[in-house]
Amino acid sequence: MKEEKKKNIQAPWADLKLSNEKLIKIYRDMLLIRRFEERAAQEYGKGKIGGFCHLYIGQEATGVGAIAPLREDDFIYTAYRDHGQAIARGMSSKGCMAELFGKVTGVSKGIGGSMHFYDLSKGFMGGWGIVGGHPPLAAGSAFATKYQGRDSVTICFMGEASTNQGVFHEILNMAMLWKLPIIFICENNGYGMGTAISRAMAGEHLFEKAAGYEMARGAVNGMDVIEMYREMSVAIERARKESLPTFLEARTYRFRGHSMSDPGQYRTKDEIDEYKKRDPIETFGSDLKQWNILSESAIEKLEEEIKAEVQEAVEFADASPQPSIDVLYDNVYA
Amino acid sequence: MAVLQIREAINQAIDEEMERDSGVFIMGEEVAQYNGAYKVTQGLWKKYGDKRVIDTPITEAGFAGIGIGAAMTGIGVRPIVEMMTWNFAILAFDQIINHAAKASYMSAGQFKVPIVFRGPNGPAHMLGAQHSQALESMMAHVPGLIVMTPSTPYDAKGMLKAAIRDDNPVIFMESEMMYGQKGEVPEGEYLIPIGKGDIKREGSDVTIIAWTKMVAVALKAAEELQKEGINAEVLDPRTLRPLDEALIIESVKKTNRCVIIEDSWPFASVGTEIAHRIHTIAFDYLDAPVEKINSADIPMPYAENLEHEALPNSEKVIAAVKKVLYR
Repeated sequence: MKEEKKKNIQAPWADLKLSNEKLIKIYRDMLLIRRFEERAAQEYGKGKIGGFCHLYIGQEATGVGAIAPLREDDFIYTAYRDHGQAIARGMSSKGCMAELFGKVTGVSKGIGGSMHFYDLSKGFMGGWGIVGGHPPLAAGSAFATKYQGRDSVTICFMGEASTNQGVFHEILNMAMLWKLPIIFICENNGYGMGTAISRAMAGEHLFEKAAGYEMARGAVNGMDVIEMYREMSVAIERARKESLPTFLEARTYRFRGHSMSDPGQYRTKDEIDEYKKRDPIETFGSDLKQWNILSESAIEKLEEEIKAEVQEAVEFADASPQPSIDVLYDNVYA
Repeated sequence: MAVLQIREAINQAIDEEMERDSGVFIMGEEVAQYNGAYKVTQGLWKKYGDKRVIDTPITEAGFAGIGIGAAMTGIGVRPIVEMMTWNFAILAFDQIINHAAKASYMSAGQFKVPIVFRGPNGPAHMLGAQHSQALESMMAHVPGLIVMTPSTPYDAKGMLKAAIRDDNPVIFMESEMMYGQKGEVPEGEYLIPIGKGDIKREGSDVTIIAWTKMVAVALKAAEELQKEGINAEVLDPRTLRPLDEALIIESVKKTNRCVIIEDSWPFASVGTEIAHRIHTIAFDYLDAPVEKINSADIPMPYAENLEHEALPNSEKVIAAVKKVLYR
């Protein structure tokens, strides 16, 4: 692939209206997610973060490429592997790290935790922990905007394993039946926890599950942020202009375990190494260098900036107080 | 004053709220063109059209979740989701319990979930085990949910209007046996606040606590008991969560005796919770332990005689009242 690209006379993003500034922002977001989560893993090891912690490392291009073409008044739903998408939506690394630390300064004031990041003001609707449980809510968000005559769209990330849940099919049916402005982004990282997709799903072509509902559908290289951006732009246009749903299977890979307690015996080191050769950040970084959008020294500068930002986030989280005991019963009801 | 059936009172409440607020809509199985499986939504589709009276596929978890997600966006949408019966709503419990009940808390108050799930609950007549379940205790167990159980047309209308205007998920449980029950409903608007119980019959010798169709059983028992000189008070909490504890304790302090009737199962029921609260808060006022009448602790049989045996009735209530009166 690399060799072929070099022969290309056009940059991979030439057909897209992407400013240099935007391209750099996309790269920076992916890098920030990576460094944020590497640090989160360390802090988890130190006991600063508790409970379940599912890292997005390896899948950054999927989240960033899908969120980058959105408008501010669009809505985002995701499952429990939600740190990356929150950062891609512009939620602060301080607020995200503080949430992981269970501190009152966190994005959900320490009440949500790793799996439950929310920011209604940014249309970031979370952050849900039941596999397959949130796509109905996302469809509801698309229903509401259509009902109120707005042209917002909703995007819904979900893992490939959730497509085996019954409610997934209920929602694809209704999304198409009622022509809801929604894009389902199925992040196919190959494993539902420790079970390979081939052991859990009949049939080989996941995205064809949407065929039964005659929904626009396709598979995307989820390791390629520009391809994600391109396919999402088409789907967003379809949702916004025609009020029609799309189902995209983003083929991706997580470099780390399912959660922090994953022994990882269900896949080989060779397989992981093979995917690491397609690291979405390195691939995009080298493209940016090749087309003179970013120099090596500019990338180093970004690394330094991000390192400082993450360090600051950890210090902020560490120094922040836990929630007061007085809030225990707050917000059970509105 | 107009005399309405409960189904008409509920219909009026929905109609008035839809007229008042364009963000209110109703969705569910057969609510539109069929006019509702129990004719509760009669005429609404004709009046409001496809946009606001929405027939869904038979997919309870799916449309419950769509309602919740719509409510959570914070853009002025207030869904009413009709469950054809609460037995079918069990398919949607993941959406209601794992999502609707937790959105406000987990987001530290960022999300509000203004939604009403409503439909008939509890055994009816010879419908067999899967269609004869009273599930209010399961719902009332969950923090984040409000549970309302009306027993008269007047209450049903005022309570539902309050439920629709509330910013929390409300579980509104009716009874298919009661949809035809008639009662006076005043002209003009009124609301019955969430968490407010009502004394359906004043008395001094014993407090009988009941909701939805058990209220009629309690009132019938009270009339019979009156003939024997026993003056029973009938208390309808109307809302089960939050419970009108003050009204219950006040009544028991007056009568010193209490019988609770519910057509749900006995184990860990709302009645169990009420009995516990009375025993701990008003222990010194009690002249006898609180008695509880429930449905039999079994899946409901079909045969008429067996079903009759399994359900609470006024004879069982009278026996329980005499027990707490040591008569």
